[in-house]
Amino acid sequence: MLRLTLSRLGTAVPSLVGVVIVTFLLTRVLPGDPATYFAGPVASKEAIAAIQHQLGLDQPLWVQFGRYVGDLAHGNLGTSLTTGQPVLTELANRLPASAELTLLSLLLAVAVAVPLGLAAALRQGSWVDHLCRVVTTAGVSLPVFFTGLLTVYVFYFVLGWAPAPLGRLDSFLSEPPRVTGFLLIDSLWAFDGATFRAALSQLVLPAVTLAVFALAPLARMTRAAMLAALASEFVRTARASGLTGRTVVLTYAFRNAMLPVLTTLGMVFSFLLGANVLVEKVFAWPGIGSYAVEALIASDFAPVQGFVLTMAVLYILLNLLIDLLYGLIDPRMKAAA
Amino acid sequence: MIPAARADGESVLPGPAVAAAPVERTRLFGHARYVLTQDPVTAASFTLFLLLLLAALIGPSVVPYEPLASDTAQALQPPNAAHWFGTDQLGRDILSRVVVAARLDMAIAVFSVALVFVLGGVAGVAAGFFGGWTDRIVGRLADTIMAFPLFVLALGIVAALGNSVTNIVLATAIVNFPLYARVARAEALVRRNAGYVQAARLTGNGELRVVLTTVLPNILPIMAVQMSLTMGYAILNAAGLSFVGLGVRPPTPEWGIMVAEGAATIMSGEWWVALFPGLALMLAVFCFNLLGDGLRDIVDPQRRT
Repeated sequence: MLRLTLSRLGTAVPSLVGVVIVTFLLTRVLPGDPATYFAGPVASKEAIAAIQHQLGLDQPLWVQFGRYVGDLAHGNLGTSLTTGQPVLTELANRLPASAELTLLSLLLAVAVAVPLGLAAALRQGSWVDHLCRVVTTAGVSLPVFFTGLLTVYVFYFVLGWAPAPLGRLDSFLSEPPRVTGFLLIDSLWAFDGATFRAALSQLVLPAVTLAVFALAPLARMTRAAMLAALASEFVRTARASGLTGRTVVLTYAFRNAMLPVLTTLGMVFSFLLGANVLVEKVFAWPGIGSYAVEALIASDFAPVQGFVLTMAVLYILLNLLIDLLYGLIDPRMKAAA
Repeated sequence: MIPAARADGESVLPGPAVAAAPVERTRLFGHARYVLTQDPVTAASFTLFLLLLLAALIGPSVVPYEPLASDTAQALQPPNAAHWFGTDQLGRDILSRVVVAARLDMAIAVFSVALVFVLGGVAGVAAGFFGGWTDRIVGRLADTIMAFPLFVLALGIVAALGNSVTNIVLATAIVNFPLYARVARAEALVRRNAGYVQAARLTGNGELRVVLTTVLPNILPIMAVQMSLTMGYAILNAAGLSFVGLGVRPPTPEWGIMVAEGAATIMSGEWWVALFPGLALMLAVFCFNLLGDGLRDIVDPQRRT
């Protein structure tokens, strides 16, 4: 297991290096000169040159890259121009909001998609199968910001079931003492039922919106993998040996079908982390996505760069986790390592 | 889409004999017709595609109102006989804006897909056919792009290169690059030592000529399916970027921006401002996804799921 973990870590390193190089290059292709931008419109040539020197922009590219990597190693992602705060601090403050939203929607998506795909594969051609097809096609075709707005209209404006889509918690409630940063967990930790309910009611709509988006590839893959597993020889053998239908489906077919589904989870994370930005904007969610969008509109590049880097690193780590899980579930991986 | 698939009919099945080509061609046409008549969903999406194309081509000259003309006396009218889709905050006719926006949205998607088709196709074929260093560099490049959540990378690219429609096209193309490069590479790898490729070598063609005239045309149908499958994603990606305020500037009619403009009014009950552009966007993406599946059934029946 240790060897497997180490070899997986080894494959993540080139991706990390690539990500750091790309985010560095993104700052280099910035239109216009950052020094001119920092210096303001009335700066003299000497002032611009001084700032260029101060920022190290007059150095050769590889020196600048070295400095960038050194800053990263010290956790320095630069400072936001609009708020004056270090980017790392702000990202760290806002990350729990995004993580809570993403994880809850992932849980929802898996809880719906796996049974749905399973049922669709077991009863091919039935209404469940058609429902599965409709849901998967709709899920990939619906723009996530549009479904978000529709749910806001229906559940907030028409039905009045949901609170106004303005952040994580009603403004008259105070946040529970911060333990994990996840409001649901923290409010439970503090035995604060009212805050828990308030936080949950704010969270439901954005989480469902994201879940609908993430559901499609998962349900589709569960159905396909389940069909393939059910048609395989080992299932035929299991049936021929007189095992009950339940054992055959759950122990033999389902466990094998879960492997490709786990692989799809990587793609689902790519979708989710991207869609997160859009959903956060619709629901005024104070996560890192809306932080990046605010910075984008103010042409404040350091937060955007920090955001892209954070997302990419998170994504690599998630893929690593999936790989490790895969090794735990599939004993063949252990033999191969 | 269908005539195009018919036009390179002979390249779909790597022809064992030249004499068989006309037969193959009619068979493919027959198969296309069969798929369209047997699968009403594909036929419907094809019709929808023609409608979108029509809107993109002649939309601006047939819409009832000037899409940029504001009339504050008519602001935020719900759908009625004069304005079928209602009017927005500035009193602009939403129907006209939705129809006119088709051209820009389709253009962004088509150009980005065409760009990545060329870039990814050439890089992938070179990687698969020549192997070695070419393969390693293309593979590393694709892996690096795949290491990012795709929409986030697109966001970063547009933010860095500057806020313009051209950069949205470029970012969408870059983000899709790994997909195209991988398909092209896999297809080229299979064909590297196929009989007809060796025959082409044997008749004295240089490697480059073999790639361009023998391998590439054979891969085109598969790549065309890939294009249709990613068109929907390209439209979503571009609309998402303009929804967060990148790329297209506000007075210009574009579906993503129009939904963003409607986001402000939907909280107070004016649903039509966001609904109609959102529906147009959804239908377009839906249409391309279904069309891609249908086209794959025509070109490559074995991959049917």
